[in-house]
Amino acid sequence: MDHRLWTIDHGPWSKSINESIVCAGFGGQGVMVLGKFFAIAGMEAGLYVTWLPAYGAEVRGGTAHSFIRLSSSPIGDPMVTEPKAAVIMNTPSLEKFEKKMIPGGLLILNTSIVERKSSRKDIDIVECQLTDEAMTVGNVKAANIIAAGIYLAKKNIFSKDLVLGVIKKMAGGRDELARLNSRAVERGYEIGAEVNVGRKT
Amino acid sequence: MKYLTTGNEACGEGAIRAGCRFYAGYPITPQNELTAYMSKRMPEVGGVFIQSESELSAVNMVFGAAVAGARSMTSSSSPGISLKQEGISYIAAAELPAVIVNVMRGGPGLGNIAPGQADYFQAVKGGGHGDYRLIVLAPASVQEMFEFTFKAFSLAEKYRTPVMILTDGMIGQMMEPLEFDDAIKPVPAVPKPWVLDGAKGRPSRSIKSLLLKDGELEAHNIHLQKKFSSIEKKEVELELYKVKGADRIIVAYGLMGRIGRECVDTLRSKGIKAGLVRPLTLWPFPYKEIRKIASGKAKFLVVEMSAGQMVEDVRLAVQDDKRVRFYGRMGGGVPEEKEIVARVKQL
Repeated sequence: MDHRLWTIDHGPWSKSINESIVCAGFGGQGVMVLGKFFAIAGMEAGLYVTWLPAYGAEVRGGTAHSFIRLSSSPIGDPMVTEPKAAVIMNTPSLEKFEKKMIPGGLLILNTSIVERKSSRKDIDIVECQLTDEAMTVGNVKAANIIAAGIYLAKKNIFSKDLVLGVIKKMAGGRDELARLNSRAVERGYEIGAEVNVGRKT
Repeated sequence: MKYLTTGNEACGEGAIRAGCRFYAGYPITPQNELTAYMSKRMPEVGGVFIQSESELSAVNMVFGAAVAGARSMTSSSSPGISLKQEGISYIAAAELPAVIVNVMRGGPGLGNIAPGQADYFQAVKGGGHGDYRLIVLAPASVQEMFEFTFKAFSLAEKYRTPVMILTDGMIGQMMEPLEFDDAIKPVPAVPKPWVLDGAKGRPSRSIKSLLLKDGELEAHNIHLQKKFSSIEKKEVELELYKVKGADRIIVAYGLMGRIGRECVDTLRSKGIKAGLVRPLTLWPFPYKEIRKIASGKAKFLVVEMSAGQMVEDVRLAVQDDKRVRFYGRMGGGVPEEKEIVARVKQL
């Protein structure tokens, strides 16, 4: 059988990349789409990528999350048990994932919705009123893409051209959506550049 | 063409590209993306999509469509596949090509919607009644979901026998890049001189699995066994990863195979000579190939999302139980890399 596990031609990466991200929140906050955004960006950049959803048995109003892995070498387990980064959009998700993050990880917290601060002292934390920022940008639904911008500003894995290209591609001809998300990701980059996450330790 | 998609949808597209034009199924998580995909794609290519009233009717519709010569497929997840077993036995007995996809979930019973591999026995040892075999393919990535499904139609028609894609909820629901040539040609049409498509202008034919004449059923069984034996000789497929020189070998399929591969890299980076044997066909099983590898002194760890099913076939192959260990998790539990690595070290 001509099996081709992991044979998709990936471009050469000068440095080793192994990122794991969890995007978590209520159904409807765009945590699945945010995960797909990271995965598509990774694919376009020539990385190995996996995206794994978890909806729970309930969907509407329930907590949902997606796991993303981006790597310069083949990926085995698509499950992320110890995330290097987390975008947390509601309080139950903070409870669930805060303690699982590896030391030195990046936590992006939507303080418009999340009711408490993180108790972790050994991770980088960006607290941002993502929902309020999204309304300023033009649509409450863009909170997830602002979070993407913050992540990308901090991690600097992809070029901004690539990111804007992915946004356009994902909008699939819906120009208004592409413009909104472009503004959102730019705002995320700004916030990411402004906020100093220096650990308190 | 390269895009990000789920394993379930890659399976559906693989079927469409192979020339499948009849799909019947009944919804069940975690394979719903496949049924939904077929409902969208079949009308686009002039095929038939039916959401049937039950799993039983779906498999029997596939039975009927296959008799009439259509490339046909059904899919479900563990409890639904149990319901299809009677039909699968009939299809195997009637020697009809068909593809059945099992996106396994946690069991037994109604279980849960997390991934599992506890339907191995059912798939490879004959889940329905009577002496028959299914060709069972075990994809481990979204890309393989496409390619193995494509291959499944080719094997089904080559041998006039049902083929099962045995995968799990994680491979089904996860997204990865899928890449294929948009100009890919369907599985070449094979002559079907047996097809029941109306007897006008030709002698009538019949296809049945009820064979009551004296000796008729025994003769049919002997014929079937010859066919199965030929498949066993010709169609075994497996992936070997860093097996050469390895003294500790992980044997795993599907999701556990890809995690096993990552474990091998981790172990090798720590100076442990580990390797991976990943069966791509679960039936026919690579007994001979594993026996050859076992002729050295290597120890084996079989990893499954079950209480230990494929491990029985590995023991048969290795023929030295002391060298075969097992690690598994059940009911939706997925063995993690660090758990597997720790157990390989203990070998």
